[in-house]
Amino acid sequence: MQNYRKNNEGKYIIFVLITISVLMIIAFVLGNAKGTINISPSRIFQVIFHDDGSVERMVIWNIRLPRMILAGLVGINLALSGAILQGVMNNPLADPGIIGISSGAGFFAIIILVIFPKYQALVPLAAFFGAMLAAVIIYSLAWKGGIQPIRIILAGVAVSALFGAGTSGALVFFSDRVHGALTFMNGSLSARSWPEVWSILPYTIGGIILCMLSSRKLNILILGDDVARGLGLNVEATRLQLTALAALLAASSVSVVGLLGFVGLIVPHSIRLLIGNDYKYLFPGCILLGACLVMFSDTLARTILSPTEIPVGIVMALIGAPFFLYLLRK
Amino acid sequence: MSENILKVENLTAGYSGKNIIENISFDIEKGKIYSIIGPNGCGKTTLIRTMSRNKKPKSGKVQLNGSNIFSMNTKEVAKKMAVLSQTNSTMSDVKVKTLVQFGRYSHKNWWEAANKEDLDIVDWAIAKTGLEKFADRKINLLSGGERQRAWIAMSIAQKPEILILDEPTTYLDISHQLEVLELIKTLNEDEGITIIMVLHDINHAARYSDEIVVIDDHKVFKKGNPWDILDENVLGEVFEVDSEITEDKYTRKPIFYARKVVRK
Repeated sequence: MQNYRKNNEGKYIIFVLITISVLMIIAFVLGNAKGTINISPSRIFQVIFHDDGSVERMVIWNIRLPRMILAGLVGINLALSGAILQGVMNNPLADPGIIGISSGAGFFAIIILVIFPKYQALVPLAAFFGAMLAAVIIYSLAWKGGIQPIRIILAGVAVSALFGAGTSGALVFFSDRVHGALTFMNGSLSARSWPEVWSILPYTIGGIILCMLSSRKLNILILGDDVARGLGLNVEATRLQLTALAALLAASSVSVVGLLGFVGLIVPHSIRLLIGNDYKYLFPGCILLGACLVMFSDTLARTILSPTEIPVGIVMALIGAPFFLYLLRK
Repeated sequence: MSENILKVENLTAGYSGKNIIENISFDIEKGKIYSIIGPNGCGKTTLIRTMSRNKKPKSGKVQLNGSNIFSMNTKEVAKKMAVLSQTNSTMSDVKVKTLVQFGRYSHKNWWEAANKEDLDIVDWAIAKTGLEKFADRKINLLSGGERQRAWIAMSIAQKPEILILDEPTTYLDISHQLEVLELIKTLNEDEGITIIMVLHDINHAARYSDEIVVIDDHKVFKKGNPWDILDENVLGEVFEVDSEITEDKYTRKPIFYARKVVRK
């Protein structure tokens, strides 16, 4: 295998991408099939394309299908966001959580959930606002005649701690209302449907297009700032644009499913270990594996202790961490 | 009289409150090889980083064919001036061929893919640096000397008029040092690329440069040909050593041997 890989790099990459695609399709079908009533794969496709008024049609169309699509979209957005941030920060440990974007979103959502529960419908909007506000604060703190990756990470950690403290404070003072808040903080796809799909879809489509167009710039940026500048890349502007894109992708997914950790870190890393750091292949790999991982985790979260549902973030950590360790040891 | 391709004018740069280079001015003539030497902490790396727009100056200009590089579009600068920085990127694992293709970045718009001309230039750069055998090898699997040649191949794929190199021989053993310096000389002679490099080894600077710029205490101490610079008094003053200068039988260039340290 190692030898084959060396001599047929291109074919090897395509083989890996196709394998992940197959896994993604399996995860999608599985997610639609399993639950309190089990539906066979052929029946799933029948009722997706034809409204026969049956219970299956209702379950698939109103509940499972949108939820699976949403899981896929969230996975794609978080994985792309992480892949971009790692390149932009030139740091393999960067992800939306580390640079404070997630905690900004979390804080604003928690405030709504525990202090103004009447306005629960505003949670996505508040989370989005919080994520962008965190990004802006981090940027202005890190700006010193240009953006240095290490300053962004330090500012991110500080902002993260601040919003984290705010969140904990809110939970302590309003401890009688924390249930919804806990679900949000662990990330959950429970009871999400088409409206959430439509609200995140534009970001996913735009994000994918912009990522693919930026792959050449990112490949150059990871050679180091001086090298990239020597090659004619406008390093500061590129870093600013791409961080904004990553923040937008992360914010859009936090706003609909809450704080879902791990995806932004683990998916890009797995792809790097499997097929290397070339962003031309890294992005497609992240799209496929990101969607696959979240769909699969959500299916487990829903079914493993049925009828009780576990927040998907917990399942994600349970599958993600060992897989990651396995890749590291390989 | 040959033309000045690059003019450094009253360049001052540094950090808040502290200037690392002060009021530096000199001209670079087209087609020559220049070496910048000086003791540790004299400001030569800051000078070369500022000259290659990797650091913004506090004041002063660097004129490239008459335009200030700090007000030019960075892609336009890259078409004329290639910079080989010291790099230790660990994130990238590209193949040599891909790396060399990055050299074409400044010649492309974002929607354009590499065309025949780009691929020919990439092949030429790889051949010129003797890397044909390694074209499909990943850069992180190359030896130090091969990797340095790969970076040089990337720089010349930019088809620059000027090539700036920051200590191109660091971390290489002596045979690879000479190999890299010979390659740089060939590029200068065959392609007419003007070379500006920071070198640690004074004998290498003497052997391979037309002109040497000595930086000491944040300023230009002296600029001249190797025989002007390799002088007991100049080296004694700048590097604080007692030295002996002789002539190499083959190259007719000066050789310097440091006998002992003489602190000022």
